[in-house]
Amino acid sequence: MRVLPSGSTALLVELDDLDAVLGLYAALTAEPLEGVLDVVPAARTVLLVTDPAVTTLAAVEQAVRRTPPRPGRRDGGELVELPVVYDGADLTDVAGHLGVDPDEVVRRHTGTTWTVAFCGFAPGFGYLTPDGEPWDVPRRDTPRTRVPPGSVGLAGGFSGVYPRESPGGWQLIGRTDVAVFDVARDPAALLRPGVRVRFAAA
Amino acid sequence: MTRTLTVLATGPLTTVQDAGRPGLGALGVGRSGACDRAAAALANRLVGNHPDAAVLEATLGGLVVRAGTDLVVTTTGARCSAAHDAPTRLRAGAELRLGRPDTGLRTYLAVRGGIAVEPVLGSRSTDLLSGLGPPVLSSGDEVPVGSAAGPMPGVDLAPVPDPPGGEVTVRLLPGPRRDWFTSPAALTASAWEVTGESNRIGLRLAGVPLARARTGELASEGMVRGALQVPPSGQPVLFLADAPVTGGYPVVGYVEDADVDRCGQLRPGQTLRFRGAVAPR
Repeated sequence: MRVLPSGSTALLVELDDLDAVLGLYAALTAEPLEGVLDVVPAARTVLLVTDPAVTTLAAVEQAVRRTPPRPGRRDGGELVELPVVYDGADLTDVAGHLGVDPDEVVRRHTGTTWTVAFCGFAPGFGYLTPDGEPWDVPRRDTPRTRVPPGSVGLAGGFSGVYPRESPGGWQLIGRTDVAVFDVARDPAALLRPGVRVRFAAA
Repeated sequence: MTRTLTVLATGPLTTVQDAGRPGLGALGVGRSGACDRAAAALANRLVGNHPDAAVLEATLGGLVVRAGTDLVVTTTGARCSAAHDAPTRLRAGAELRLGRPDTGLRTYLAVRGGIAVEPVLGSRSTDLLSGLGPPVLSSGDEVPVGSAAGPMPGVDLAPVPDPPGGEVTVRLLPGPRRDWFTSPAALTASAWEVTGESNRIGLRLAGVPLARARTGELASEGMVRGALQVPPSGQPVLFLADAPVTGGYPVVGYVEDADVDRCGQLRPGQTLRFRGAVAPR
């Protein structure tokens, strides 16, 4: 664990890998540190945003170094099943990249259990990593200016679901009717860090 | 008589802002909130509101509102109204007009009782990056005003300095990726111009480009308001209220949190200087 300075209100904790990130995130969610307003996991880091009126960066650094990570992954987190119609515009291209036919892409996508590693890009956009074999699909050469909400895509080692209409460069393989982000729901995001996801062909 | 403000003109941009949405970063939801937090809190205190109550944030003046009932109002931040830094009664049917400020960029209009639009995820702030919160105000909007408020503070005028024009100096603290640059100290060596592409998300600065000490890409990581992120152009972006939750370019430094509000009052063309140490490890 390396703790990097991030101004007067935040600390950036750098960890060895994603499992360590999810473990620390799970620990800090289960037992929040006093004076920490926000805990933001990413691929290799966890950002801790503090309230300077309540605590100091030194106190938070000490506390986070003493925090034992929790098993945050592959260990029975909440499981979400998302029905997907696999008719995405890039399904054939993805199959070409992987050297298989489109049915095999669907079989692999639905046959994998995914874990939300972190959110970003837009509210409720979860970056999903596969258990087992890594996926490697390049982004589209030219991003789309308009990706419809519910689009299921692949890029790099991740899969994801677009929460709302936005531009996007991911390869689209299908769509779901499930609202992955809804401000009227608590929690608003369905795909939160640590949540496990199975896709099912609808 | 209804407890509303009717928006007759908005100027270049007027939004509703409060203290934002802390605690939702893990869901990809940024904090948002008033760009000049101290000015917004002062406006609320002057009319007896909780300091985190929702106010209107007008950009470069031009906002005109009409009271639907007798209200107590004040403005803070960039000075452009007769009610500036002083609680003022606005009779039913009367109008408050914001001119164009001589200095500063953002004016906060607080109404006793607070702006009472429906909150989204616990906040009434409009986040221009994520699209959360109430829509940007338009001419003709009826903005509801709350009724609950604390006692009036018993002050007629808050003696605070106006936001300065010209060059502004703020304190700089180390960022997590300062070792990605050959000379992070170059940040403090010269002045940076605030460019016209600046907005509530961040100030785009122009100056002597910062050179990278290494190649390769950084995995996206969390950041907060005040971060100086440096894209491959070498021209930093200073993130303000609607900063993204994560970013993929290295953050070389942070503006001291207490100084970030002043950055939210900078206009395109003003110059910004940093002082402090961002030495590599």
